[in-house]
Order: sequence, then structure tokens, then C-alpha cells
Amino acid sequence: MKKGWKDLPIGGVILEAANTKKYATGDWRTFRPVIDLDKCTNCMRCWIFCPDSAVCLVDGKVNHFDYEHCKGCGICAVECPDNVKAITMIEEAKAKEGK
Amino acid sequence: MAKLKDLIQKEPIMEGGHRMCLGCGAPIIVNLILRTSDAPVVLANATGCLEVASTIFPFTAWRAPWIHSAFENAAATASGIETMYRALRKKGKINKKINFVAFGGDGGTYDIGFQSLSGALERGHRFLYVCYDNGAYMNTGVQRSSSTPFGASTTTSPAGVVIQGKLQKRKDLTKIVVAHNIPYVAQASPHNWLDLTKKAEKAFSVDGPSFINVVSPCPPGWKSEAKDTIGLSKIAVDTCFWPLYEVENGKYTINYKPKEKLPIDAWLKPQGRFRHLFKPENAELLKQIQQDIDKEWEALQRLASL
Repeated sequence: MKKGWKDLPIGGVILEAANTKKYATGDWRTFRPVIDLDKCTNCMRCWIFCPDSAVCLVDGKVNHFDYEHCKGCGICAVECPDNVKAITMIEEAKAKEGK
Repeated sequence: MAKLKDLIQKEPIMEGGHRMCLGCGAPIIVNLILRTSDAPVVLANATGCLEVASTIFPFTAWRAPWIHSAFENAAATASGIETMYRALRKKGKINKKINFVAFGGDGGTYDIGFQSLSGALERGHRFLYVCYDNGAYMNTGVQRSSSTPFGASTTTSPAGVVIQGKLQKRKDLTKIVVAHNIPYVAQASPHNWLDLTKKAEKAFSVDGPSFINVVSPCPPGWKSEAKDTIGLSKIAVDTCFWPLYEVENGKYTINYKPKEKLPIDAWLKPQGRFRHLFKPENAELLKQIQQDIDKEWEALQRLASL
């Protein structure tokens, strides 16, 4: 049921913290990052510089990308150190075709 | 000192799913700074990209109490919260340490929020003010601010036949804040995350106001590539457009001196807002920009040697 204005909290306060997690920004993407975990050295640069907190860690190691929220800016692929380059950007349309 | 293995344990205070543009520098800065806080944080936010795009009703990107009241008063809001905290502490209703952080863009800090910032710094509230400086009113469609660099084309200083971008030089807010004689002032860049987190830690540890000014590349406003955000902030530092320094109780320290100072062209060229400066007839303007930067860099080195 849709909420009316009387059901809203006073002052437009949002009571649930960090609920943008439920809002997908992944459809903004034209290129998607793909990681080769064999090459990755876990320097965490992609994790540090991701504006959308879309680099997911498992046990303190880079594991996968959160494609629900990744906007495909490509910072991770550029900032991955030159001697590693574990992240490549591929066209979103092609990535979807491949599935 | 902030260690990476400690930082990765913490959830981001600004969660993904916010609607900042792709390649925006601000969320990177915000999360790096807030992750270093040793205590829970309460945030105040000036109007700006960060405020608008992070809290589109009914969503919020923030994992901490966050208040936005108006454009000009992020610092006043933060001082009010801090005063309340001190009152509650005196009454014994709160015992734990809480850190207070105010965020503002350059519009909300250099221009509109300037008097409330100055007042809060003078009153000596224990809070950290972070300015993410992207050099124009990006949220409303790139209008010039007092932080826009000389020669930059914006919608209110458009490069064309009559003028070649902004006619005035940018205001040096960091030094204006230093003149308030507060315990900690710093200028930082997201590309050097270790330096940024160290500065944030120092800022959180002082008993009084602290201020960090961080350069924040803006792909739509700077007309640069989204993937170059971190690269551009690095070049800003390497060309000495944005030197990394801190001022602790009046003592200047330069945190990073580039081994080889890059010419300012290296920073201007990837940005579309400076494209007109590379026409042959504008060579004089480029020279002038370089001279100004050299002069400021020398002045800063003199201050650091005092």
C-alpha cells in the first residue's frame, strides 16, 4: 500500500540508515568492471577509490563487484597498479549477451 | 596511524546506491575520512551535491545521524550539535566520545557558508569541517564560485569571444582558515589516501575545531573522464596547484614535495573547462597561470621554513 503524507515521519526524517542499498544504480553503467582474481594482489586500491562502495571483500580480500550499485566509472580499472591490471572494463551490452 | 587492515573492517558510513555522478570524488573522500574516526560520528551537511544526491527521499546513504538544515549553516548546525553534546555530558546523560563532522562543497564553504564556518571556528567547537572542493556550483549546473580557478569556463563565466573563462583568481580558503588560529588545518587529496587518513586522524584527535580542504574532481563540471578522477587529483598535487600541507597550531608542514614539479598544462589539458586556454592567442594566460602557481608554491615553502 502506498503511504500518504500522514504516514510519513515528521520533518521528512528517514528512519532507516543506509537504505540506498535498496536503490539500484547499476543500470547507469555502460562499461562493467571484471576482475581476474588470479592476478589480483589485494592491494585494495580499487576498494579505497570506489565511489559507490561496490568492491566487495570476503575475508579481507577483494572478491567481486556489486553490480547492483556499480556505476561503471572505471576508476578501479585505472587505479589497479600497472604491473597487476587485474580489472578490465567490458561493454555492458556484451556482458549481458554473454549470459 | 590508520592501517588498511583496520579500515577494511569498517562498513562505509556513506553506503552505495547514492546518486552522485559516476566518478565523483566526494564519496571517496567522505568514506576515507569517516572510516578513520575512532568514535561514532554525527554529521552535518551543507546543501550541495553530496547532500542532494545522498538523501533523495525516502532513501538515505548515511549510516550515521545526519542533518541538513540549509545551505549556509553546516558549521552552525555542527556547533549546535556539539554544544548539546557538551550539555548532556555535563548532566551525565552521555559518557562516550562522539566526533562531529560537517561537510560542505566549495559553494557551501567558500561562499555561502563562510560566515557560519568562521563563527564556529572562532567559538572553538570540537568538530571537523571537511570541504570537498570541486571548484564550482556543480549541483546546480556548474556556476562559478570563489574557488573556481582563473580561466575556467563555467556557465556564469563562459569562455567565448568576450571573456576567456573566469577572470578572477581563486580564493585561498585554507589560509583564511589558518588565520582563525585553530589547532588543526590541512589540505589533502584523495589520491594520497594515506596522507588523507592521517590528517583525518589528527583532526579527530585535537580538542577544538579542525578543518580539512580536499580537492574533489568532478567529471561533469571539469569536463574530464570519470575514470581519471583519482589521476587528476594526483596531477593537481604534482603541479602544485593543490599542495598537500598541514598547519598545526600555526606551524606549517608541507607533507609532499613533488620530485619534479609538473607544468600546469598537465593538469589543465585533460579538463574541458580549460580547453580554450590552449588556443594560440591565449598562450599569455597559460603563462600567467603558471607564474601564479609558482609564486604561491614559493610562498608556501617560505611559510613552512619559518
